[in-house]
Amino acid sequence: MTFTHKHLLGIEELSLAEISTILDTAESLAEISTREIKKVPTLRGKTIINLFFEPSTRTRSSFELAAKRLSADIINLNRDSSAVVKGENLKDTILNLEAMNPDALVIRHEAAGAPYFISTFCHSHIINAGDGAHEHPTQALLDAFTIRQEKQDFAELKVVIVGDILHSRVARSNIFCLSKLGAKIVACGPPSLLPPEFEKFGVELDYNFDRAVEEADVIMMLRLQLERQQKNFFPSIREYRNLYSLTRKRYRKAKRKAIIMHPGPINRTVEISAEMADSARSVILKQVENGIAVRMAILYILLGGKERESLD
Amino acid sequence: MNLLIKNGRVVDPATGTDDTLDILIDKGKIAVIKPKIEAKAQKVIDASRLVVAPGFIDMHTHLRQPGQEYKETIQSGSQAAARGGFTSIACMPNTVPVNDNRGLTEFIISEARKKAAVNVFPIAAVSKNEEGQELTEMADLVEAGAVAFSDDGYPVKTSYLMRRALEYSKLLNTLIIDHCEDRSLTYKGVMNEGYYSYLLGLKGMPAVAEEIIVARDLILAEKAEARLHLAHLSVKGALELLRQVKRKKVQVTAEVTPHHLILTDESCKTYDTNCKVNPPLRSQEDVEALLQAVKEGLIDVLATDHAPHAEDEKNVEFDRAPFGINGLETAVSLLLDRLVHKNIISLERFIQMIATNPAIILGLKNKGKIAVGADADLTLLNLRKDVVVDVSQFKSKSRNNPFNGWKLKGAAVMTIVGGKIAYQE
Repeated sequence: MTFTHKHLLGIEELSLAEISTILDTAESLAEISTREIKKVPTLRGKTIINLFFEPSTRTRSSFELAAKRLSADIINLNRDSSAVVKGENLKDTILNLEAMNPDALVIRHEAAGAPYFISTFCHSHIINAGDGAHEHPTQALLDAFTIRQEKQDFAELKVVIVGDILHSRVARSNIFCLSKLGAKIVACGPPSLLPPEFEKFGVELDYNFDRAVEEADVIMMLRLQLERQQKNFFPSIREYRNLYSLTRKRYRKAKRKAIIMHPGPINRTVEISAEMADSARSVILKQVENGIAVRMAILYILLGGKERESLD
Repeated sequence: MNLLIKNGRVVDPATGTDDTLDILIDKGKIAVIKPKIEAKAQKVIDASRLVVAPGFIDMHTHLRQPGQEYKETIQSGSQAAARGGFTSIACMPNTVPVNDNRGLTEFIISEARKKAAVNVFPIAAVSKNEEGQELTEMADLVEAGAVAFSDDGYPVKTSYLMRRALEYSKLLNTLIIDHCEDRSLTYKGVMNEGYYSYLLGLKGMPAVAEEIIVARDLILAEKAEARLHLAHLSVKGALELLRQVKRKKVQVTAEVTPHHLILTDESCKTYDTNCKVNPPLRSQEDVEALLQAVKEGLIDVLATDHAPHAEDEKNVEFDRAPFGINGLETAVSLLLDRLVHKNIISLERFIQMIATNPAIILGLKNKGKIAVGADADLTLLNLRKDVVVDVSQFKSKSRNNPFNGWKLKGAAVMTIVGGKIAYQE
């Protein structure tokens, strides 16, 4: 098994072999969630803290279920129920939690680099569940896992990532992940949300969605991160929708059987029409389902790697 | 008390001196400069193998008193200055409250007289509370002892107020020091905008934000025929603008900091908040342009922008940390190592940029030179000394410096202020 990191802070620092290890492990763990008794004892006795400083439905419950299906104990803390609202700083919050001897902390935070900062003084395993506009590594891994289920060879794929690239941690992690896996990536959005420097990450840039979607195998729509934005990156939601919403008409330009992805939450009728979100080619809920297997794999690799044989 | 410094290599750009000389100091002034002085003195310093330079002047320091004494005081900051080789510092007005009135300027001067290890010269605010709305009483402030005016931390908010400040400054023959940043372009920014800000997901501060205010204020200064000093320039484009204007003999001077000459925005890659500074650490291309500008003589002054912050304030998420690098105690070694020893500039030019020119620009008549009758402010350098930066040894109250552990060649080993030894290692 190839995995040399103590933490999962981002995709950028992972090698292709490490990404493959995670995806292969997820594949072997996926079956557990289909059993009648959805639980194995692999991480029995391990303690995990889910620490979410930003709102989340999917990621938080996905980590929680992943931990529970591996028999780890997990507790949930969010910003409003933590001492942060009383003025405690992040370092003190973490040191106090760490005094309770958890094995891993799953962190979502609005500040880019917060998990990295925590890893500089923390002894537990840190798992980044999304930090500001930086990375969302488990999302990219579950996206890669989903693409791998649907498509054969990454090297043959054209993936178009559409929307608010500038503010999106999902876009960054996916760009790092899919380019390591060998896919051709086109990032698409208005120039104000698509700085030319992104080309240095190995992606093609295209401001025109109608052109970018041509011959795509995978269409990955991003949510408009209105909470992270200043005004005037584009004139109006109406105009954005006209230019960048995934409609049936645009979908038809993609390759036959192209899959539609979205990390959620969806702003229906903004970045994607309801028809497309619910279409047969949409794998949006499949992504959510796969999230559990991928997060089980991460927890297993970081916390239980030595006891691999106890999986069954 | 008199003091005799023997056998030093005296390097003084103001008088064009570079020779082995003895210097006799009496009553705080330089009394005699000669190859061999036989007179008796109460204290004799053997400066063989040392460079004796006019006392270094940092024209961009933040002392945090009044208001944030837990970060730095006039006393601790001045001790840091002495340890770093500076005999004079000019302190920026963004204290709490802001130094925008005679009472505060007088407080700083009187506190410094009582407690400071080096000379302290207050810089007063251009606008009340640095809000960019109303001018401060500049004549009153000059009379109280302010040596220049700046809304440092911010640009002077509007073109209108900057125009009036420049015009009015001519009455007093004083100087406006300019923090060049278009704040509408740097809103919520925490580092240089570019490849690394996009990689790290941090909000960027674009180079153009600096260029726009540099351009605005160069135009206004030229029109007003007033004196303007551009603080901490950090981007290539700003240097191009300065280059054009300097050909026209506009009364403009400019400074750069050691950190902008040495570090790039890549240093932010570990989210190290000690690298969070405003202006932000820029791209490799900008650093190369700054070094070139120093080399060709476009830049007049080397200044620290010493900005102390408490450890707890920096030990947070990058977004939440305050801007600033604690620079007084590393500047001289960094600049000797990176500029002088790497042959970017000569030792003489280095001394000119850190002593001679700041004295001229701030109008400190008896400073910045080694001449009979001048103030006995001297900095003694050991150019060959190997130092390892150790922030735990700082005299400053704060430790926020990204160079901890760096090995450097060259250091200030003694600082003499008004004929008294303010620091000796």
